[in-house]
Amino acid sequence: MTDETYTQDFRSYCIGGLLALILTALAFGLVVFEVLPNFERLIAISVLAVAQIIVHFRYFLHISWHSHRDDLQLVLFTSLILFLMVGGTIWILFNLHEQMM
Amino acid sequence: MKRQPLLHPGLNLGSTDEYSHDVSEPIIFGFWVFLMADLVLFAILFATYASMSVQGQAGGPTPIDVFDLPSAFIETMLLLTSSITFGLASLALKYKADSLHLVFWLVLTFCLGAGFIGMELRDFWVMIEQGAVPQRSGFLSSFFLLVATHGIHVTAGLFWMLVLFLQLRVFGRTTEVKLRLMRLALFWHMLDIVWVCIFTFVYLFGVAQ
Repeated sequence: MTDETYTQDFRSYCIGGLLALILTALAFGLVVFEVLPNFERLIAISVLAVAQIIVHFRYFLHISWHSHRDDLQLVLFTSLILFLMVGGTIWILFNLHEQMM
Repeated sequence: MKRQPLLHPGLNLGSTDEYSHDVSEPIIFGFWVFLMADLVLFAILFATYASMSVQGQAGGPTPIDVFDLPSAFIETMLLLTSSITFGLASLALKYKADSLHLVFWLVLTFCLGAGFIGMELRDFWVMIEQGAVPQRSGFLSSFFLLVATHGIHVTAGLFWMLVLFLQLRVFGRTTEVKLRLMRLALFWHMLDIVWVCIFTFVYLFGVAQ
């Protein structure tokens, strides 16, 4: 039984590490080789970053739908707070900037 | 075989150390709450940086002038690899009875983390030599604040690791020491997530724009 869980756990870190390295290299490659038009490139690297964050949570921090306590809910709630704070700040300040120009 | 339910974030000790596993839940949940609060701190610094990086350049250097992207990429790889080696250290903590594997992976993690900090300081130094000092513009103030806050976190993690080396030596692998190592693992993986955001939204965005 221990062998089996060891394989599972070991595989989790390997998959996570591999995916994380690939996603980082992809994002770096997109920017260095200027693959897409400007705006699309920014969208693409943002999507890659979000994907990588999910990989980290899933494979390194072992957060999943099977998490016991409110671990996942806490992450989701924090994400909501972060989204409101960062999104709101950017919205207000860029709007202000436009009004002042 | 059905997987045991996960009691807390990070690697669960369930199948090899029942006692530590049973007492771990509230302790690690508390640390998890701290980490989420820490993320809020970083979010505010990101929001500041986002509004300053484009509009706060004050005629000074722009991101593309001062960022060394290959260096940031190598730093990312160092930190990512250190996250993987810390994962292997967690596995050694859970499955290997001797401490040799554990200490080996932890020392490797420490070296990678120290390498990351060294490269980051070198980058800062190069920027400062070019005259891109924090007081030059809002962009540079918020850049140094955000990236150095992350760097200080990593440095704190390195000190924490040193303390745990001592504790492993003095106390051995008791439940307390195990739980401390597991919390450090969470801290370390979380800092990696923050760095992914810095690499993408500071370095890559700065150069791509």
